[in-house]
Amino acid sequence: MRARRWAAVAVAGLLATAGCAAADEDPAAAGASGPAAAGSGATGPVTVLAAASLTESFTAIGTKFEQLHPALEVTFSFGGSSGLAQQIGSGAPADVFAAASPATMKTVTDAGAAGGTPVTFVRNQLVIAVPKGNPKRLTSLSALAGPGVKVALCAPQVPCGAAAQNALAGAGAQVTPVTLEQDVKAALAKVKLGEVDAALVYRTDARAAAADVDGVEFPESAGAINDYPIVALRDAPNPAGAAAFLSFVQTPEAQQILTDAGFQRP
Amino acid sequence: MLPLAGLLIRAPWTSLPQRLTEPGVLAALRLSLLTASLATVACLLLGVPLAWVLARTRFPGRRLVRALVTVPLVLPPVVGGVALLLVFGRRGLVGGWLDATFGFSLPFSTAGVVVAEAFVAMPFLVISVEGALRGADARFEEAAATLGASRWTAFRRVTLPLIGPGVAAGAVLCWARALGEFGATITFAGNFPGRTQTMPLAVYLALEQDLDAAIVLSLVLLVVSVAILAGLRDRWLGVS
Repeated sequence: MRARRWAAVAVAGLLATAGCAAADEDPAAAGASGPAAAGSGATGPVTVLAAASLTESFTAIGTKFEQLHPALEVTFSFGGSSGLAQQIGSGAPADVFAAASPATMKTVTDAGAAGGTPVTFVRNQLVIAVPKGNPKRLTSLSALAGPGVKVALCAPQVPCGAAAQNALAGAGAQVTPVTLEQDVKAALAKVKLGEVDAALVYRTDARAAAADVDGVEFPESAGAINDYPIVALRDAPNPAGAAAFLSFVQTPEAQQILTDAGFQRP
Repeated sequence: MLPLAGLLIRAPWTSLPQRLTEPGVLAALRLSLLTASLATVACLLLGVPLAWVLARTRFPGRRLVRALVTVPLVLPPVVGGVALLLVFGRRGLVGGWLDATFGFSLPFSTAGVVVAEAFVAMPFLVISVEGALRGADARFEEAAATLGASRWTAFRRVTLPLIGPGVAAGAVLCWARALGEFGATITFAGNFPGRTQTMPLAVYLALEQDLDAAIVLSLVLLVVSVAILAGLRDRWLGVS
């Protein structure tokens, strides 16, 4: 019994020092949000609805955020931005919304559910995702229109689908996809499974799945870059936590995580 | 009943006529009815003999086979879709051979939709028919055999009429389940208007953008399904 109690104290002590060490490591982040969060007394759960393409980077950002704010606990729900916007419009309880396009964010602001002006925090560009090794040697958008090439696109209602349509129109390529997926990760999954020869996904998604897919850059993607806006929601159950997360996402530390994943600075 | 009432109350009645004539709506409806009916036919062709084998014969592993038949009931439909991809997909066990030999692949085709729907709806038919077979007296078939009927003749003229209502009820359940199938369809067959976008898929995608459009599509599916199911005469289903 005594050994267990000492062990518990030792673990608690380790956690406390780990928290302090993390905060001390990065003076910029600690300076910006550490004292502020500690001063505002933000505690409790923070629910973030974020676009599917933010899965890996936001999960990493969430871990860092919880290290800096031990009293806050972040929960993510990732999915197609348009579906998430609909959920918010139907009253889903959430604190923060990060969308993959201004158009999907607009549905939330138009519904009066935004608690402020959305801020663009990253940008994302499309690449052609192909199975590892690029077996069909697809190097451009016009190659996707070739005979026997199966292409998966996102549905036009979803941000990556809208960007894909813009890019294809810019290249003048007549590509008929075999499927219109409901979010970018589903389109990527089809490439990973080898069911399609190519899909138009974000650079970040191709990088996250680098073990299974290669990302082929194409020049027309510069004409279809998606700005990612983020906003705290008006009916947020935890407004202080939402503000803390929002400000953390714009710190250099979080921005570094995002650029490492393949996003571009706003 | 309440969710159905909610749909009816919330429907955009004023813009209904113009929404109904949008090309996507009719295409999705036609595809849904076609694939559900084809899937039911496939289930009947495969499921009735399977049910007969399970009910009338004894072989080692029979209980295991029956359990495997009911697996699609407990499996989440999306998982069923992934499983179908692993077998019938371009790199799948069977699909790879199909693709290499015939250049034909099931995913992203209307045939793929039929396969996905048949996969999830088959247990309903098999269980219903097996139950009817167990309830039917086997002595009638034995009597037919002593009177000189071959097994096929006995099956066709004695067994089938006996279990007719059970088969019909199972077929109706199977059709209804196939009509509403979403997860396996979108995972295995994908989503493309006119070819693989059934009504449930159309509703889901409409929901992403326009709640009213989704409600209209749901209402159409509801009305058509209720009309067909209510139109089936009780007599055919064995309800006296």
